Amino acid sequence: MTTPSRYWREIPQRYRGEANSCEKCKKKFFPPRLICPKCGNRDLAKAKIADKGKVLSFTIIRVPPSPFKDQAPYAVGIVELKDGVKIMGQIVECDFKDLKVGLPVKIEFRKMFKEGHSGILCYGYKFVPDS
Amino acid sequence: MRDVAVIGIGMTKWGELWEKSLRDIYVETALMAIEDAGVDHIDSMYIGSMSSGIFVGQEHIASLLADYLGTSPVPSARVETACASGGLALRMGFMEVASGMNDIVLVSGIEKMTDVGGDKATYALGTAADQEYECYHGVTFPGLYALMAVDHMNKYGTTRKQLAEVAVKNHRNGSKNPLAQFPFEVTVDAVLNSVQVADPLRILDCSPITDGAAAAIICPVDMAQKFRDHPVVKILGSGQATDSIALSQRNDISWLESTYRAGKGAYEMAGKKPSDMDLFEVHDCFTIAELCVMEALGMVEKGKSGEAVEKGRTAVNGDIPVNPSGGLKSKGHPVGATGIAQVLEIVKQLRGEAGERQVKDARTGLTQNMGGSGASTVVHIFERD
Ligand SMILES: [Zn+2]
Repeated sequence: MTTPSRYWREIPQRYRGEANSCEKCKKKFFPPRLICPKCGNRDLAKAKIADKGKVLSFTIIRVPPSPFKDQAPYAVGIVELKDGVKIMGQIVECDFKDLKVGLPVKIEFRKMFKEGHSGILCYGYKFVPDS
Repeated sequence: MRDVAVIGIGMTKWGELWEKSLRDIYVETALMAIEDAGVDHIDSMYIGSMSSGIFVGQEHIASLLADYLGTSPVPSARVETACASGGLALRMGFMEVASGMNDIVLVSGIEKMTDVGGDKATYALGTAADQEYECYHGVTFPGLYALMAVDHMNKYGTTRKQLAEVAVKNHRNGSKNPLAQFPFEVTVDAVLNSVQVADPLRILDCSPITDGAAAAIICPVDMAQKFRDHPVVKILGSGQATDSIALSQRNDISWLESTYRAGKGAYEMAGKKPSDMDLFEVHDCFTIAELCVMEALGMVEKGKSGEAVEKGRTAVNGDIPVNPSGGLKSKGHPVGATGIAQVLEIVKQLRGEAGERQVKDARTGLTQNMGGSGASTVVHIFERD
């Protein structure tokens, strides 16, 4: 799934939530883009994603891909952050019965999975309920 | 542009074909289409295949399959838009014939999925989603469609039972299709009690892993009656559109914008509207997909698809028959082949050769073939002369 260089390239986004935004139409992009798909502007400024938002939709993965075998079942959701950015991620530390559309969540930095037998540990963002 | 007709179709029984290789499955199927068309040669060929590289470790299959079919040195190209690769192969061939560049073109699709285990198959299918921002978080394809299902249920009150009714209807149709992988009926209870995959979707909401191919021969309409005396089935419209590959990037999670756009393009080219269609073959990779597609193609209003299925409107004898072939659910889903198998069903229906699952007086039909969680869609409209 990943190699050291490929993993390293995504670190700014996964560890620090680095994004960018269009100076013209003010839309924020995560992951960052080279051109605004809305207005064609290439003058995009560095930005960071908001750290809180709410769940738009969710599911519980019962049959996982192999790197996630030891974690199943786990919840995955699409979250709309306070700055309008929409991202996918796991929702953890939440009873499945408490999952619902509109649930307030915040971003936390977590271990994602281990790549292969002697592979690298992969980290990134997950969501936890924001009470 | 020249008018284009489908003059030959071919498909063998789908399933776990352990005794057959990729090339054997392909050649058998393509020869059936060539024989059905009655042509003595082809000018060019297109093959839709999503991931032969991962499934059988073989790229460059366009030339491999031309060689084994005995058609080399004609030009052959493999095209890929994930699970919409088959539909794309037809669209490429359609453009080639319509433009006048070539006359007789073989359009086809194939996937040999069971040479790898379940984990690798899941991985291969997952490559149709965003590797860095979806798969990295442990989501699967059933998971992506489950996110659409939760959104649809939340917004429109679509019920778990309505989802199950899609599977029940498609299996009922598929039980009358001898080429289907799973030609048997299922009950609502069986769907609702099947193994959970990604809530709220269960295993009987999901299309299976399948080996199979499908092929068709197309040519200019004015040549169509030169070879065989089949009723002439014209391609009236072709549409294709894209959307963000990541589901999270869409404005509306359960609205398939690429299907809406591709449908609009095809309807406009054909000069037709949704209510002109006698039947639809659509991409029900999951039960929720069929519901979202019905809305995006304008069969029903947004949010009304679940109710339409529950009332039997999409049955073979309903007013908007959907997936009389059994759909991906019962017929199987060898991903690259699916788009061409849809064409095969429409042609059979319009020729009046669909047997027990025949839609009465079918004259106009539509195919909708979709890749990933809806980032690619290809739509075609067909009419019998
Ligand atoms: Zn902009």
